[in-house]
Amino acid sequence: MAMNGSNKAVGTQPADPNSFAASVKDAATAGFLVAVLGFFFIGVRTDIAPGGLDLKMRWGAWIVSILVVFAGRLLLNLFVFKTNSPITQKFASSMPGNGRFAGAGKWMMRALFAFALILPFFFITFFPNKDRQFIDLAILIMTYIMLGWGLNIVVGLAGLLDLGYVAFYAVGAYSFALLAQYLDIGFWFALPLAGILAACWGIVLGFPVLRLRGDYLAIVTLAFGEIIRVVLLNWYEFTNGPDGISGIPKPTFFGLELKRGEGGFADFFGIAYDPIQRFIFLYYIIFVLALITNFVTMRLRRLPIGRAWEALREDEIACRSLGINTRNTKLTAFSIGAMFGGFAGSFFATRQGFISPESFTFLESAIILAIVVLGGLGSQIGVVIASIVMIGGIELLRNLGFLQQIFGSGFDPVQYRMLIFGLAMVLIMVWKPRGLISTREPSVALKEKKRIGADMVAQGEGH
Amino acid sequence: MEYFVQQLINGLTLGSIYGLIAIGYTMVYGIIGMINFAHGDVFMIGAFIALAMFLILTTVFGFVFLPVVLLIVLIVAMIFTSAWGWTVERLAYRPLRGSFRLAPLITAIGMSIVLQNFVQITQGARVKPLPPQIQGGITLMEGGANSISVQLSYMQIIIILTTIVLMAGFTLLITRTSLGRAQRACEQDRKMAALLGINVDRTISLTFVMGAALAAVAGLMFLLLYGVIDFYIGFLAGVKAFTAAVLGGIGSLPGAMLGGLLIGLIEVFWSGYFSVEYKDVAAFSILAIVLIFLPSGLLGQPEVEKV
Repeated sequence: MAMNGSNKAVGTQPADPNSFAASVKDAATAGFLVAVLGFFFIGVRTDIAPGGLDLKMRWGAWIVSILVVFAGRLLLNLFVFKTNSPITQKFASSMPGNGRFAGAGKWMMRALFAFALILPFFFITFFPNKDRQFIDLAILIMTYIMLGWGLNIVVGLAGLLDLGYVAFYAVGAYSFALLAQYLDIGFWFALPLAGILAACWGIVLGFPVLRLRGDYLAIVTLAFGEIIRVVLLNWYEFTNGPDGISGIPKPTFFGLELKRGEGGFADFFGIAYDPIQRFIFLYYIIFVLALITNFVTMRLRRLPIGRAWEALREDEIACRSLGINTRNTKLTAFSIGAMFGGFAGSFFATRQGFISPESFTFLESAIILAIVVLGGLGSQIGVVIASIVMIGGIELLRNLGFLQQIFGSGFDPVQYRMLIFGLAMVLIMVWKPRGLISTREPSVALKEKKRIGADMVAQGEGH
Repeated sequence: MEYFVQQLINGLTLGSIYGLIAIGYTMVYGIIGMINFAHGDVFMIGAFIALAMFLILTTVFGFVFLPVVLLIVLIVAMIFTSAWGWTVERLAYRPLRGSFRLAPLITAIGMSIVLQNFVQITQGARVKPLPPQIQGGITLMEGGANSISVQLSYMQIIIILTTIVLMAGFTLLITRTSLGRAQRACEQDRKMAALLGINVDRTISLTFVMGAALAAVAGLMFLLLYGVIDFYIGFLAGVKAFTAAVLGGIGSLPGAMLGGLLIGLIEVFWSGYFSVEYKDVAAFSILAIVLIFLPSGLLGQPEVEKV
């Protein structure tokens, strides 16, 4: 299964026109490797049975997996890797080049924005049966876009690799939930408070790690994220531990609740109540929050602090030599990134109505970081594309019911989603190490703005 | 006093397992300067292979003589887990050699997700219990009226002895063989090593293979010691082993072992004297504290930055 990924690695070998034998040999190697790797996992299955563990041999699945990898690898070798005219060439040449893409990118950005603006009504009009599901998915994707943009400040602009971003998301969510529970505070009052609290935590956690760089910074932020989660899990009296907090209030529209009957939103405006209104409302909240994140980021990039972030990312030592206060620069990046994470967290809490430490595992941090890096560090539109591809793509799996008819009723595509997510992370990274949008526009330029190619950018080195 | 000694023994046992995993981290970090995030999951893979092989030997072939069974399981687990380690390096890290620094970290996280979910799908999400295989032990101190007796179980003896033997063999491998020399050369300067005719890619692959083999040993020990494994054990064990590697000084083999023992002791004493719930917090806090105040670890050499 995992073998499919190795295609990339060997793809760089010089192509030999008459390489059928070599292709077969290579495919056989791949098949053999799968036989070895898969034997104890695909070929054997252990299950709990009365009186100990039960062992089941699955020779069929094992042999099928070997054959699939062998055949897939052989076809790829013959048509893509070991031939002078790979079929992907046509595809690649029909893609717009970097120069032409520059104009198209701007156009696409506007189109995406316009679509996002009318999205709920688009789904209501064209997919009346599935509108709630689609709008809910749009809310989810938008939440990840916002988180991605927030993390982009820390990782993409300031070059500080943060693997514990989910901690601030958790702080935001729990701030709102606890404020609502203990002090009976509504969403709109709690939102700024949650942002401020998350920003404070950003400073608290950012302060000790100021001296660390690169991988070390990543692992310490991961540790902090886990510490916060474990504390939330075990501080039973305050956070209700693993049971989580439920009954988190919904946001109101200028004091109007989106509920059925007297005094509700629909009643006030004299329209018929429909549960979909709440989804539309939530969608626009997160849409506006995300836009604010984007707007603030774009503005900050042009301010001295934003330029200091980018300078820090490119070269910390040079940055310090030029008299930039790296401590404050790092802390502002941490706290502003954390603040947006906190906003997104309170939105998450109000959308779900229930939160527990389960939602804030390391995996969540990894997904957000993957979105930022796969989109192309520092690229705002890249985050959008990566969120749509990764989150939307995963959710698509839920709708692949027809696969069950092919593979039998025991086949559930949903259980493969994280596996596919992980594979996609590896494959996209190997294919485009700089992310999907790898060119970058400088924030400030002397005469004209020129796009910087990926090979000219030394970002996120953290050295 | 008896309680203390008992905890000390338990801590050393746990620490041996962490130390074995930590060696994989420290070697990989030393040679290519990246955190092999998937290493904890390679350890988990090793534990699963050991479990499957153990069941195959006992139920299918009907072997009953435990030492032979465990020896075969150990060797098979080491070989097959090495294949996994090799594959992970080949798929996720080698294509990105020379790329910017975040890229291999992302593929490493991706690989970690892939391995966990692959095992979850193929073997199920439920825990796999294995009844204790090695029972009994030596009573070091007899318990009195108000003290417990101190037990040194055969299991713990086996774990500590195996670790010592492996460490000795491994140190010989690194210090005396040409492979070890090549590896140390690559650690110091990869480009220069390549110029002198060392196959750098092969050396790096072998580093991953050795790390995976030791992780497989740790996996088998974990399986025998705790008797329960699931697809998620790799994450926590991985972070703790990484902490051990950092504490000992990353890049240093004795450091990794020392760090592993210390982390094991700290964790056991923390759970024994303070609270079990926060034992992971203790490990994570130590990681943060060590990195902030002692970035080069106990036995590591400080990194000198050249501009």
